Amino acid sequence: MNQIQTNNIAKSYGQTEVLRQISLSINSGEFVAVLGPSGCGKTTLLRCLAGFERLDSGKIDIGGQTVSGPKRHLLPENRGIGVVFQNYALWPHMSVTQNVAYGLKISGVPKKERKARVAHVLDLVELGPQANRRPSDLSGGQRQRVALARCLAMESRVVLLDEPLANLDVHLRGALEEEFAAFHARTGATMFYITHDQSEALALADRVAVMDRGRILQFDKPEALFRRPSTETVAGFIGEGRVLEAEDIRPLGGGFASAIVLGQPVKLRCNLDQDARAHAKISFHPGDLHMIADAAPDGICANVTRATYRGAYLRANVMAGPSGAVPLSVDIAAPASLTSGQQVKLALNDGWVIPTTHPTCNHI
Amino acid sequence: MKPSAKNSQILLGSNRVTVYNNMPKRLFWTLRPELGLGGERALLLALVLFVGVLSIAPLARLAYAALVTNDGFDLDRIVDVLGGRRVLEATVNTIWIAVSATLISTVLGTIAALLCNLTDMRKRSLWVFGFMLPLMIPPQVIALAWVQAFSPASPLLGILGWSLPPGMRHPLYSMGGIILLLGLYNGPLVFLSVRASLQRLPASMIEAAHANGAGHRAATLDIILPLIRSGIFAGAALAFVSAIGNFGIQAMLGIPGRVPTLITLIYRRLNSYGTSALNDMALLALLLAVLTVGGMTLTAWLGRQGDQRVETAQRPPRIALGRWGLPIVGIAWLYHLIFLMLPLSALFGTALVRGYGQPVNFETITFQNFSNALFYHEGIRDAFLTSLWVTLTTVAVLIPVAVALGYVLTWRQGCIAQFLRMASEMAYALPGIIIGVAMILFFLRPLPFIGTGLYGTVWVILAAYMSNFLALALRPILGGYAQLDRGLDEAAQLAGAGIFARLRDIVLPSLAPAVMASAILVFMTAINEIQTSVLLVSSRAQTIGPMIIFLEEAGSSTLAAAVGCLMVVMVLVLMSGSLLLGNRLPEGVLPWRD
Repeated sequence: MNQIQTNNIAKSYGQTEVLRQISLSINSGEFVAVLGPSGCGKTTLLRCLAGFERLDSGKIDIGGQTVSGPKRHLLPENRGIGVVFQNYALWPHMSVTQNVAYGLKISGVPKKERKARVAHVLDLVELGPQANRRPSDLSGGQRQRVALARCLAMESRVVLLDEPLANLDVHLRGALEEEFAAFHARTGATMFYITHDQSEALALADRVAVMDRGRILQFDKPEALFRRPSTETVAGFIGEGRVLEAEDIRPLGGGFASAIVLGQPVKLRCNLDQDARAHAKISFHPGDLHMIADAAPDGICANVTRATYRGAYLRANVMAGPSGAVPLSVDIAAPASLTSGQQVKLALNDGWVIPTTHPTCNHI
Repeated sequence: MKPSAKNSQILLGSNRVTVYNNMPKRLFWTLRPELGLGGERALLLALVLFVGVLSIAPLARLAYAALVTNDGFDLDRIVDVLGGRRVLEATVNTIWIAVSATLISTVLGTIAALLCNLTDMRKRSLWVFGFMLPLMIPPQVIALAWVQAFSPASPLLGILGWSLPPGMRHPLYSMGGIILLLGLYNGPLVFLSVRASLQRLPASMIEAAHANGAGHRAATLDIILPLIRSGIFAGAALAFVSAIGNFGIQAMLGIPGRVPTLITLIYRRLNSYGTSALNDMALLALLLAVLTVGGMTLTAWLGRQGDQRVETAQRPPRIALGRWGLPIVGIAWLYHLIFLMLPLSALFGTALVRGYGQPVNFETITFQNFSNALFYHEGIRDAFLTSLWVTLTTVAVLIPVAVALGYVLTWRQGCIAQFLRMASEMAYALPGIIIGVAMILFFLRPLPFIGTGLYGTVWVILAAYMSNFLALALRPILGGYAQLDRGLDEAAQLAGAGIFARLRDIVLPSLAPAVMASAILVFMTAINEIQTSVLLVSSRAQTIGPMIIFLEEAGSSTLAAAVGCLMVVMVLVLMSGSLLLGNRLPEGVLPWRD
């Protein structure tokens, strides 16, 4: 099958450790996104999988076969992996047909069969009419479909995508995300998608690996990353997450706990095995904060410093807490008016206690 | 255009089978053992062999012969040779000439680059073409043209009656003459380097200076010159290397003018003593190499001091010359009149008269020299044919080698790539005459299996050309690689293509314009080459480059001038023809294109 397994892989350039002990287990046919800021090592990880880089240590198995490991390195040309490059890397001197047919030609597929397969694949991505054009005559979206068609023609069982939407206009991205989803559904190939854009990653992937400074911080389903981040970094990175210090955490059973946040008692979600603690970090998102009536007996007192109109809602930046020194963001449904300096009361409806001992990768 | 969700559902249902019915084949292919690993290894091995045999081994042999003779390592001999009066004099002359000429080149090239890049000078492309032209003409032809400039046949000075009275010593047969000509000849090298720096200079820097109240003069002196400093020094380093190793000008002016330099000393020793003086020649060549590398390193070091890196942005707007336009453009074109038209017209003038010293008029004009040079003079014809096939072979071999070498240098790391990079840079810096001496030493002894030495045959010239011009062939190709997206190669690799298939199907078509430019550059330089071949030619194997010196030495000035004219015409045709490649070339690959 086409599962990918990396075992403690490491890679350094000189003194810089780009990949540190990365272990991932990706199921056959799964769509996995790797999410991280630029320079976190995600592109190096992709290049290691494709075989462009040799490992310093560790090993990579694809489909049960070791492709990179100690004293073993299968060259990219023999791995049978498809890659969609950031700029698609279409050969400018070849027509669309020639681009798609090149791999088949190299592997010695007879001309007649080659022609039929290329025509078929081009029909699949609806590029039949453009078959004889040069890549330079195509639009950005069409180029991407040629790049996908190239993988399709090669029948790559593993497809790596290197920030394929990074160079495109925002309004094109939504449409192209759909293409990837359709491609995945159509081929059932294992997809490995590199991006720094979390909305892309969360929308497309079955599971997302959050990467930072050469490490995988968490490898989980999108909603788990959002609702149950395992580290502060992940919590702060996903969905404008906010991390605060909470006191007096007491498990209530069933994955809930009570705690004191900014001087107010709140009910939070937590791991089933969460123990009682005096201090812990909690995470939540702007949507978890709500404005309540000023007359309410409880509630976090806050001072509005700035209110920004965002269309559907009003984003208020406030200074909250007993000493008024904790900056928070809160979204307020649209027909509302807030002025700078106004006193408001807030309630925290939901939150997550970040586990203190966090397994970096709980799916090995 | 894009498939709707419904559409893809249908595709999912019906096409999965069709697309994947030949799965087993692909799987087998993935599981295939590491085939093709040999391809890239074999290529690297071939490149190392090529560079090793043609560059490293002869130079190592040269260094060995310079220091160790049949009697072993003898420090006294080395001190004796290097301390000799004539060698000392030649060394001092060499350094003085190279440094002074470099200064002239640097000032000239920098001013020309500023003028061409920062002002709205009209007819700029034509002026740049004229400015680059001397660099493409072989130096011995330039020297000959200048020698003729003061002859009665010179159309410009002759008409003015300023020609040299018979019997008077030619003013250019002197140290000053050599310095002036070398300075003028290498100015374009600095021009190219400075212009490349200017093209990377962001417009905002200059605009910010103007916004702060700086005029054009202040902006140039305080902002532009400091920012292009590294380009100026890089150009100066190239000019120094070119000046110190320029055999054509040093020999044509220095030998009759009795100004010995290291390079002419090596040449004359070979002529007087033959190969018996090889150890001493090797020592002198090593001294020249040390001076060259030392001067270049020093200049490069100076250039790095206080170097400011600036990022590319849009180009600065051109300064309107306004009322200064006419005088400045006038001076610029006057430069071409004096330093280009004067010598070249004199060369043509001399080629058109029957005997040296005659003025050109209806009675003396003749095309006999040209017809002799083209059809009747057997030596010239043979030499030209030899040059032609040696040059074509060199181009045919070097271009594929340079494409492969460029691939390794651009996209591969590791110690082998480092070694190749160093070797190719070293070959670029060392004067051709050093390669010449190295080749004599390397090929003098009988080869294994063949039984005879190659010295004196055309094969040693071919080997020297390959060694000498590899770096030249590499430069435009490296420029082409710099513009090439590495993903194109990697995508082909993922498609299963091995290294040779990728070079043929992906790299070569994408690099085609740069490869053309490289072939033209190598052809133009090699066909008229003199520095290396002057030591290697023999009665059995002549090339056309040194022919001019031999003809001039034999007193056939008019025939020499005719051969020189034909070389200039050939260069002009090639330069103009290459402009037709036009916009398909990456910027800066053809030096004469603005």
